[in-house]
This record gives sequence, C-alpha cells and structure tokens, in this order.
Amino acid sequence: MKLLGLFNYWVFAVLLMIGLYALISKQNLVKKIMALAIFQSAVFLFFITMSRVDGGTAPIIQAGVSGQIFSNPLPQVLILTAIVVGISTTALGLAIVVRLNEEYGTVEDNEILAMDRES
Amino acid sequence: MNLVDHLPALQVALPLLTAPLVILLRNGFLAWMAALAASLASFGLAILLTQGVLGDGVPEYAIGGWQPPFGISLNVDGLGALMLLLVTGASSLGLAGGRLSLRRDIDNRRAPMFYGAWLIALAGLCGIAVSGDAFNVFVFMEISSLATYILIAAGRDRRALSAVFKYLIIGTIGATFYLIGVGFIYMMTGTLNFADMALRLGEVIETRPIIIAAGFITIGLALKAAIFPLHIWLPRAYTYAPNAVTVFIAACSTKVSIYVLLRFNYGVFHGNLLGHSDLFSVFIVPLALSGILLASAIAIYQGNIKKLLAFSSVAQIGYIALAAGLATQAGLMAAQLHMFNHALAKGTLFLCVTAFVLTSRSANMDKLAGIGRRMPWTMGAFVIAGLSLIGVPGTAGFISKWYLVVAVMEVPGWGIPLVVAIVASSLLAVVYLWKFVEKAYYGTPPDGDVSAMEVPLPLRALIWFAALANIYFGLAPQLPIALAESGTGTLLGGLL
Repeated sequence: MKLLGLFNYWVFAVLLMIGLYALISKQNLVKKIMALAIFQSAVFLFFITMSRVDGGTAPIIQAGVSGQIFSNPLPQVLILTAIVVGISTTALGLAIVVRLNEEYGTVEDNEILAMDRES
Repeated sequence: MNLVDHLPALQVALPLLTAPLVILLRNGFLAWMAALAASLASFGLAILLTQGVLGDGVPEYAIGGWQPPFGISLNVDGLGALMLLLVTGASSLGLAGGRLSLRRDIDNRRAPMFYGAWLIALAGLCGIAVSGDAFNVFVFMEISSLATYILIAAGRDRRALSAVFKYLIIGTIGATFYLIGVGFIYMMTGTLNFADMALRLGEVIETRPIIIAAGFITIGLALKAAIFPLHIWLPRAYTYAPNAVTVFIAACSTKVSIYVLLRFNYGVFHGNLLGHSDLFSVFIVPLALSGILLASAIAIYQGNIKKLLAFSSVAQIGYIALAAGLATQAGLMAAQLHMFNHALAKGTLFLCVTAFVLTSRSANMDKLAGIGRRMPWTMGAFVIAGLSLIGVPGTAGFISKWYLVVAVMEVPGWGIPLVVAIVASSLLAVVYLWKFVEKAYYGTPPDGDVSAMEVPLPLRALIWFAALANIYFGLAPQLPIALAESGTGTLLGGLL
C-alpha cells in the first residue's frame, strides 16, 4: 500500500531519469530537446503531487460553505510559471537547432562535433 | 515611503522595462545608446544601494505590499550590493567598450533585438542578486540564462551555435535540479522565503528530503557556476560569443550562481544541518583544487586567447569555490573579494581582447603576434590586468589572494599543502599569460607589418580606466572589504 501511495513520486523519479538518460545518450538534437521537456515535466508532476491534500478541492471560497479542505494552490501557481519557463527553453532550443541545421546541414550531435574539430 | 526604499525594485524594473522599448527602436545606434543609458542608470542605482547598505542598511521591500513570508520580498545586503555592482558594472563596460565590435558582429537590422536581450539578461542577473525568495531566484535565473543564450548565439562563428546548444542543455539541467531542491524544501517547510526557510528548517532537521534538497541545489548551482568538472559548457561558450558579450558574461554570470550557492549553503543550510559545513567542504574543496590546477594547466595549451582566458576563468572560479568551501569567516571573506577582483581583472582582459580582435580580426595567438608593439596602449592595460589575475602586490588580485592564503592557513593540518597548490596555480597563471605577452611583444606579425594600429581614443580610455581600477582596488580595497564583511555577517548570521 505504501508503494502505491507513493505512485506519483515513483513516476516523477522514473520520468526524470528517462529524460536525463535520453539527454546523455541521444545524438539527435531534436530528441535532446524532447528529453529536456520530459525532464522538466517530471518536476512539474512532483510539485503538483506535493500540493495535493487528501479529499481537497479547488481553493475557492464559496458563500455559505465552511469547513472545506483545499489543495495547496501555491505549488500549482509556481508550476504555471515553470511551465512558461519550460516552453521558452524548448522554443529557444528548437530555434537554435534550426540555425544549426542551416549552418551545418545536420542535427546530429556527433557530426556537428566532427565538423567543429576539423575547423 | 520615499524613493530610496524603492531602489531594490527599480534595480530590476529599469532594465526589464527598457528592454521592450529598445526593441522598438529601429536603428542599431539608437538601440545601443538606449541600452547603454539603461545600463549606466542601473549602475547608478547599484551605487546608491551600496551607499545605503554601508550606511543604515536597505529596508526589506515587499512586492505589491504583500508582507513576507507570504509575499515576495527583495533584500539587499553587503553581498547582494557587491553582486549588483559587478553585474551592472560589467554590463556597462561591455556595452560602452563593445560598440565598434558589436557593430561588426551584429546586423544593424537585428541590433535592437540583441540589445533588448542584453537588458533582459541584465535584469535577470540583478533580480537574482536582490530577491529574497527561492522560487523568484529560479525565475530570474532562467530569464537571465535564456537571454544569455541569445547573446552568445549572436556570435559570427557557427561554432557559437553548437556551443550555445550545449550551454542551454547543461544550464537547463542545472536550473531544474535547483527547482527540485526548492520543491523538497517547500514540501518540508511550506515556505520559499530564504529567511523564513532558515528559521523553519530547524524543525525538520536531518530529514531525508532536506538532505536530498541540499544535494540537488548544490549540484544544480555548481553546474551553472561552472565549478570543475561541471565546467564543460564554459570555454566554448566564452570563446565563440561576440567579444563584448564575453566581457559581460565572463565578469558576472557564473559569479551570480556562486552567490545563490553561498546564500543557500550558508544562509539556509549552514545553521540547520548537522555537519553541513564538513560535508560541503569535503564535496567542494577537492573539486575546487583540481579545477585550480588542471584548468590552469589546460589554459597553457590553448592557441586562442579567448579560450585561454576562459580556462583561466574556470581556475579562478576554483579559487572562489575553494574559499567558500572552507566554511570559515575568513574563507567567505576571501570568496567574496575574489568574486569582485576576478570580475574586474577578467572584464579588463576581455575588453583588451575585444580591442585586439577589432584591429587584427582574429583571436588566434599566432595571428596576434607582435600586437604589443602595434597596440602599446591596449597591451599595457592587458599586462596590468594580467598581473592582477596572477595576484601581484599592488593590484586588486593580490588583496583576494592574500585573504585566501590567510583563510587557508587556518585549516588545521591542510594549511601548507593548500597554500602550495594556490602558489603553484598562480605560477601556472604566470606561464599562460606570459605565453601571450611574449608573443605579443617579441613575436613577428604574420604579415611582417609592425606599423601602429591603435583602437579609437574613447575605447582606449575606457580600457585604461578599467585597468587603473584594478590598481585602485589593489591600493584602496576598503569598499569591497566593507561589503564582504557585511555580506559575511548576514551569511553566517552571527553563527561563527
């Protein structure tokens, strides 16, 4: 039961490692950007999971209703910001890949490295 | 509330709000003027803040009137003021000295965008230095990093693109690690405010999430600060960036990450985790030492002057990390002073390189042979800044090396070996700088032309102004010492 209760945290750790592994092992730069996105999404999941309160609802105060349990809204707001940061990073990364493709004619890391060594 | 109380917010708001206005300007020269004006105004604000810190202290600024720990607070202490002076000073130096070189590197059509990105990077770096909120620091860190990637990618050489891609990947991993660490701390304490965090950590001391958080934050920031062996992104990024950009980022961007590292490890963890200072020392001191020695040795074998100076930066970051890792009052003083003095020396050196590349169109040392006879003024400034980098008495570098040696001597049992390592690395610095100085003064130019070809007078004057600042802060180091003392006080909170 304890294992299941921590299910989200397991997913967080596994996703984080998938992202990191792909970042290191993949040669294709677009795949590297995808790996980076997975890596960051794992952290989003982590924050959202920790904000969850058992039986909690959205934190909206309603007239005439008292004694409600709310999930913590702060991590969710933080992650909204972090998602924006993540999208900007992905967009900039892809823009750099486009420019790399224009200059080198390839998006494979090892080929770019070989061309850099020659010059 | 008078205007002075709003200074911490203005420090970030001024460059951030000028950036979109700069982008609207259609002309490269006007955009440069506006960016320089904003940068100099930020420098002025930093000076006012420094006066405030050294005087009565700067009051905490609660954004939007939301009181901390619930709202975001901006705090400026001695260390923060030191960082603000560095960041805004380096930005002004890079912009003022880089006009001619940037005009060549950047299309006139794209120049407004470029200067906009420059101001956003400046705003982000200032934001890190003033913010008292862990998540806010993450956001500012990413703002400054994203803008810095754009600045570096503007380099003419296509290798700038592959270098910046590597920097983007590693920088994002570093920032994400930091975010994970902040998440774990938030999970245990429910706060993001540094001061509140330090108070509340005491209740959850020695729990596993906090130890994991300390690990994630330290590694993430070490990646961003390019502490050896996590420095692999740095040499190529510095080498292929436009020269004026190198002046800016080499002087301050890694130091800002070290600033956050100090803030977390001393301001937050130090008093709360048992044996934290020992663990931190055991982790960081060996890395710093190998960085100091290996990076200096690698620098000797570089053929490109910018790459040589970049590896020297890795070694100098090693000194800062070594001093910080000692976890003593003297060590923290030395770390902060070295941040200031190294920024001064490296900024000047890269500004000289900007001038060399402007006239001879190459950063390759063989092509720069004989440049000392052709550009005696610029080369003279290079030698002065080089002496400061080595730590010769009478220059700023000597002050921080002295503090470092004094701090190291206090370490029981390890004092002498550490001093030997510092001296050995300083000698390596003599070797790699001499390699260039010898070529510059005694080498024969590749085309045999030894006629004088100096850069225009304003740029020469600026270079000498920067070089003389290296001597001034070597003879009269009261300002950085006072700021570092105040910074050490807040970091240790009277614990030592």
